[in-house]
Amino acid sequence: MTLLTCNDMTIGYEDQIVLSHLNFAVEEGDYISILGENGSGKSTLIKTLLGLTRPLSGNFSFAKGLSQKDIGYLPQQTITQRDFPASVFEIVLSGFLGKKGWHPFYTKREKEIALSHMKEMHIEALSKKNYRNLSGGQQQRVLLARALCAADRLFVLDEPVTGLDPAAQSELYDLILHLNRKYHMTILMISHDIAAAARYSNKILHLEDNTYFYGTLTEYKTSDLYQNWKGEM
Amino acid sequence: MASMISEMLSYPFLVRAFIVGSLVALCCALLGVSLVLKGFSMIGDGLSHVSFGAMTVAMALNVTPLPFALPIVVFAAFCLLKVQNNSKIKGDSAIALISSSALAIGLMAASLTTGLNSDVYSYMFGSILSMQKSDVILSVSLSVLVLFLFVFCYHKIFAITFDESFAKASGIPVFGFNMLLAFLSAVTIVLGMRMMGAMLISSLILFPCLISRQLFQNFLGVTICSGVLSFISFTIGMILSYQFDAPVSASIVLVNLFFLLFFMAIQKFIIIRSINKGYVAK
Repeated sequence: MTLLTCNDMTIGYEDQIVLSHLNFAVEEGDYISILGENGSGKSTLIKTLLGLTRPLSGNFSFAKGLSQKDIGYLPQQTITQRDFPASVFEIVLSGFLGKKGWHPFYTKREKEIALSHMKEMHIEALSKKNYRNLSGGQQQRVLLARALCAADRLFVLDEPVTGLDPAAQSELYDLILHLNRKYHMTILMISHDIAAAARYSNKILHLEDNTYFYGTLTEYKTSDLYQNWKGEM
Repeated sequence: MASMISEMLSYPFLVRAFIVGSLVALCCALLGVSLVLKGFSMIGDGLSHVSFGAMTVAMALNVTPLPFALPIVVFAAFCLLKVQNNSKIKGDSAIALISSSALAIGLMAASLTTGLNSDVYSYMFGSILSMQKSDVILSVSLSVLVLFLFVFCYHKIFAITFDESFAKASGIPVFGFNMLLAFLSAVTIVLGMRMMGAMLISSLILFPCLISRQLFQNFLGVTICSGVLSFISFTIGMILSYQFDAPVSASIVLVNLFFLLFFMAIQKFIIIRSINKGYVAK
């Protein structure tokens, strides 16, 4: 089943085009890595899909029953966040806010679901801990649990492993893969790490200089972009 | 002590000052939690300078200050928030620019007309005598609005403060909430400025949140503690200023400073003790 289709979409800011004539379709259960240099339009693409900026031309559409609100988003961390006085439970629960409308308080059911997601991310013991005292890997798992509260079909992750030590990186990659395999969660992940992308994902979207590659991992491995990168290694 | 408080409450102007001041302190503290944690703490400072400028211009033009200053400061608040989101002009330099310009306009307007009289002085450093009945009505309605917002939209305020991108992506009207917070901060500052002074009002926004952060590990704790603490330090400051015939705004700021240093010292003490214990255990 196709979850998301981009039709001849051009993205950018105001009158600056970052990437034009983008066409791709995301199938349910895909694990897609979005690769590319800084400024190639990875973040702009994600912001467009989340509805934070509009496409300059063309459009994209979601499958029936899915909307922007149903995307589980894991943004890059900001500086103010790292030192923020909030408990893990408060942050995880805030994933429900998009669905709640104007209802002011969390229900018992929502708290139970949040706890089960925290178990899944191995952070149930940290529930009352302060976010700023956690390690980088733990913080990312808290944000993953929050995204799980917001969505159960499509995840958009913006460089989730940046700044983590190698052990925490592979732990986080494994968790994401677990969500993809066990729950059939569709993953769209911005990454700098071509090696990890080749290890985990089944499709690659590689953006470069106003052009792009989109295809399966096998196709990508025969592409010039991949061969160039291998050559540089 | 009790007799002194009942003596204080026998002056109607002190009762008015107490009602307006404590409600303004409460609103500042609650709004301050969101502003400070978002990294917008200088907005309070900028707005107080703008309201100083607006008030003195109103005085020079001989119009009623409050209705004249309110729309100007609200407008300035919207502009400052916009500037924060605009990467072309750096937020902190924009605030410094607006602050000093507003201060200069106010000073110029006053010195060309009435001269730097006691009204200008009290806009600068605050005065306990300046609260009217209309201020009482305005501050009660303001704090009802702020409390209502923090009770019924508490979780949304948390989400927006903690992670604006995520909040936006999950469909929370982030822009609307930011504008509402800016509007309420503007009204709070215009109201409180004549009592606390343009130079000192922003401390009511900063201190409670910074103190509560030392004490609480979660957002709910920080929010409630800020409100309660702000009320307590206001009351203590007011009593001290009456007792020692000291300026009320300075007394309140110094009580806040005392609390901050006190809790910081305790924090340090606890950390040092736990480190020492750790060594012993090893």
